[in-house]
Amino acid sequence: MSFSVTAPSPRTKLISGLIVGLYALVTLAPLLWIIATGFKSGQDSIHYPPKVLFEPTMEGYVNLFTTRTRIPSDQPPKDTTSMTWYEEIVYKKGEIIAEPSKYGERFLNSTVIGFGSTALCMFLGTIAAYAFSRFKVPLKDDLLFFILSTRMMPPIAVAIPIFLMFKNLGLNDTYFGMIMLYTAVNLSLSVWLLKGFMDEIPVEYEEAALIDGYTRFEAFIKVVLPQAITGIASTAIFCLIFAWNEYAFAVLLTSGDAQTAPPFIPTIIGVSGKDWPAVAAGATLFLVPVMVFTVLLRKHLLRGITFGAIRK
Amino acid sequence: MLKLLVNKLALKTPRGVSKHVRGLSDKKLAWLFVSPTIILLLAINIFPLLWTIYLSFTNYRVNRPNRDVKWIDLRNYERILSDSDIWQTMQATAHFLVSTLVIQVLIGFTLAFLINKKFKGNDLLTTLIVLPMMLSPAVVGNFWTFLYQPQIGLFNYAISFFSGVDASSFSMIGDVHLAPWAIVIVDTWMWTPFVMLICLAGLRSIPDSIYEAAECDRASQWRQFWTITIPMVLPFLMLAVLFRGIENFKMFDLVVQLTGGGPGSLTTLSSIDLKREAFEKWKTGYSSAYAVILFVTVFGLASIYVKALNKVKDR
Amino acid sequence: MNVKTGVKVIAGAVMAGAIQTAVADDLTLCWASWDPANALVELSKDFEAESGHKMSFEFVPWPNFADRMLNELNSGGGLCDLMIGDSQWIGGAAENGHYIKLNDFFAKEGIDMGDFIPATVTGYSEWPKGTPNYWALPAFGDVVGWTYRKDWFERPELRKEYKAKYGRDLDVPNNLDELKDIAQFFQKRKIDGKTVYGAAIYTERGSEGITMGVTNALYNYGFEYSNPAKPYDLKGFVNSKEAAAGLEYYKELYDTATPPGSSNWYMGENIDAYKSGQVALQMNFAFIWPGVEADPNVGGGKSGYFPNPPGPGGHFAQLGGQGISVVAASDKREAALEYIKWFAQKKVQDKWWKAGGYSALRAVVEDPGFVSSQPYAKTFLDSMAIVKDFWAEPAYADLLLPMQERIHDYVIAGKGTAQQALDGLVKDWTEVLQDEGKL
Repeated sequence: MSFSVTAPSPRTKLISGLIVGLYALVTLAPLLWIIATGFKSGQDSIHYPPKVLFEPTMEGYVNLFTTRTRIPSDQPPKDTTSMTWYEEIVYKKGEIIAEPSKYGERFLNSTVIGFGSTALCMFLGTIAAYAFSRFKVPLKDDLLFFILSTRMMPPIAVAIPIFLMFKNLGLNDTYFGMIMLYTAVNLSLSVWLLKGFMDEIPVEYEEAALIDGYTRFEAFIKVVLPQAITGIASTAIFCLIFAWNEYAFAVLLTSGDAQTAPPFIPTIIGVSGKDWPAVAAGATLFLVPVMVFTVLLRKHLLRGITFGAIRK
Repeated sequence: MLKLLVNKLALKTPRGVSKHVRGLSDKKLAWLFVSPTIILLLAINIFPLLWTIYLSFTNYRVNRPNRDVKWIDLRNYERILSDSDIWQTMQATAHFLVSTLVIQVLIGFTLAFLINKKFKGNDLLTTLIVLPMMLSPAVVGNFWTFLYQPQIGLFNYAISFFSGVDASSFSMIGDVHLAPWAIVIVDTWMWTPFVMLICLAGLRSIPDSIYEAAECDRASQWRQFWTITIPMVLPFLMLAVLFRGIENFKMFDLVVQLTGGGPGSLTTLSSIDLKREAFEKWKTGYSSAYAVILFVTVFGLASIYVKALNKVKDR
Repeated sequence: MNVKTGVKVIAGAVMAGAIQTAVADDLTLCWASWDPANALVELSKDFEAESGHKMSFEFVPWPNFADRMLNELNSGGGLCDLMIGDSQWIGGAAENGHYIKLNDFFAKEGIDMGDFIPATVTGYSEWPKGTPNYWALPAFGDVVGWTYRKDWFERPELRKEYKAKYGRDLDVPNNLDELKDIAQFFQKRKIDGKTVYGAAIYTERGSEGITMGVTNALYNYGFEYSNPAKPYDLKGFVNSKEAAAGLEYYKELYDTATPPGSSNWYMGENIDAYKSGQVALQMNFAFIWPGVEADPNVGGGKSGYFPNPPGPGGHFAQLGGQGISVVAASDKREAALEYIKWFAQKKVQDKWWKAGGYSALRAVVEDPGFVSSQPYAKTFLDSMAIVKDFWAEPAYADLLLPMQERIHDYVIAGKGTAQQALDGLVKDWTEVLQDEGKL
């Protein structure tokens, strides 16, 4: 490609690189600030004016995973040498650990629901997209628009009937209910994206396989699926980002057992006032799985987002 | 890695299953593949929607279990459409929608255009730029209240550092003129990468041969940009606008955490208003009518838009 | 179950006076997620040890607390066995049968509502108000009061300057006007090289913040929820000239004496601003005071406390706090009642106060040692004597939301006049009360 007449000159590359680099710097600053705040002490986090240089502490992370209470005024001082490092951090601020916080549980819930719904959505989306791409489905265009239209409904608008429905079926605050719900919300996106990919895979491959004696189903599994990997991977990223971060349904439909982390993180409070370091620590840890997932599937991301349907 | 997994899956598919499915005709297979999706969507999207439509004609309130549910025809709709507050929230929503779309398209496209110059390290930078959109909007909104604080926040501090304006002299969330832009800035920060990715995909899908041909015809760079690049990327851009538009029309979590709808009702977007009616006042019937109105609006706009998109695509 | 816990369980059951098999229940208590809730977790360990029941907790943050918990109650969910619900919910919870009526239980166990601070009984337990129908046991007394930087007030140069300017000493304000003077005096002042501001006040838009703040000015200028002689008669009481003056006062305070950017502040933001040394005064619920005392920056004698000062129309303070109720949908009523019985004991209430929980038991707060037990103890008591609460009607949320909107529109966004805002409020409230069939 670099031999082509259209290759940008080194100077163009340099300038482009600088501008994009500058944008990256600006856009990453708030993110870095979040990560840094996770390692600040409570006082440094609300220091006025803001502190760029500070002494790092694990206080935020300890607070994130614990519920603490102030040491009652009449309690005798304790020996700090026999304490674990995290007990000591807490004790030095005049607090004791009452019990572990719910962050661990909520994180686990997010993992099960986020990845579970993404997997289910990929499965259903792939087979449906294949059918729409290859077969004559009656009212195909209408069905496709119907599927897309389900994404237009504000979540709040359907939350009441869904809540009542779940209640009657005993699905409220359960993994199963939340996985089904997120799958349904994401299906529109995944069917649309994946159909684009399926359209791009030449039909000739399957036809050759069919002539070789494969059934349609075998051809789908053994010929089409391996070629659709890129599309599936990139679609999975988008589905996961949504399911992982969803807030409105989570806050209205779950209360304990199946509550995910997004409603939990903004509300972490300390022994008095908002605990910004713990909020930041929670946000940082919560970003890690999606980030790793995205970085692993990075090379598919760009290719995937072509929404193939647009151009062949 | 994933490829291996799928191949394994292909080999491992039990003989019994494939044998069973083997006998299916294309038509049956089509139904088998499509029906789970349709059933799930019917159960979790369409059924609640129909229920919402039914409730919109009643005076039902979830928090008044002892009261009779009465059919009240179009009264809910009349009340909503004659309420001036609703138009105010619609205006706020429109302002948010239009400004985020315009700004994100401009920045997103520019970034994609520059990244497509394939300078060294563009892959790494792309990955870094995408990071904000992986955060939870609720957490982002919440954290930006912190960044926007005039005294202790990074945003005002940074602005004051570069412009010399006193950091405490302006308040992004509290000022009536700045607040509508405060939410636009955060949404732009978070979602410009999405638009950028789609534009990048569009740019990369343009075959070099077209530019080469243009080069042979001595077309200027500027002309190439307007006659090749823009028209070829347009369908992608429009798709990005469609998806962002639908998402921002529904915007709730980020803004509710960031401003709570204030100052006054300046950033009370439709979804926030709807949530108050539905889950704070518990006016179930009334808010169902509200929801239907919103849905019809977005559905109408989207179908016009999709028609336009298809036209551009087919060109 | 080992023998030791078995004995404990039986002992607990006998103590509770319950003749039933020693079955240990898993009780879930629901409350807002905040500082006092963490203290309650620690306190409840004693109950677990005594009764053998296991306690679980579900804490929902303030901004979502009402939505989530009322959702749970309205749908008859079984998540919570015990609910420490907000004072304003009591009307709805009683009329819709969400809570168990506790009169019989109180009579049987010898729990006397006369043993609790009267304002908390009216505020947290009674529905209809003023009648002996109890739906909750006062659990956490709370009221809006003021915290100030005593160390700044004591600086000689500031005292001198203040005296020269206002002709009186820089001390705890005797009325709302003096409060405004002090706040304006500190506004944009340089202290130790940093610009500081007057007061952090409630301005939050999303839930109930600005209402909980502005009422402290409105009440004291003469605002009434309705005609004392004729219930639900709003006109001339909600939007009286005096009430409008109170609203103007709050706006002036916001415009001239608060930190920039404090347009959406509630409990947490006010604490942050105060602890980071941005403000000389903060308005906040009493629950924060133990935390202020313990803070390395502003605690340990650097801060002082005073009740909401009187205005031209009276002397009141906005009530906060909650009572503890048994959820009607719970299938563990007996165990839940056992918890309330345990909680009502004097020794538990003593410990509750020490852990940072504001006990509403008179035996605790009227103890001679109480006032000196903490620097803020007297302020708490004085404040509890002048409380007034928002509507506790079943339609309280319908009444709250327009108030949030009207007040925020006027005070923060500067729309219209105070009189217009309150006139609008009368219109909104009349509509709600008509819908409810009260008018």
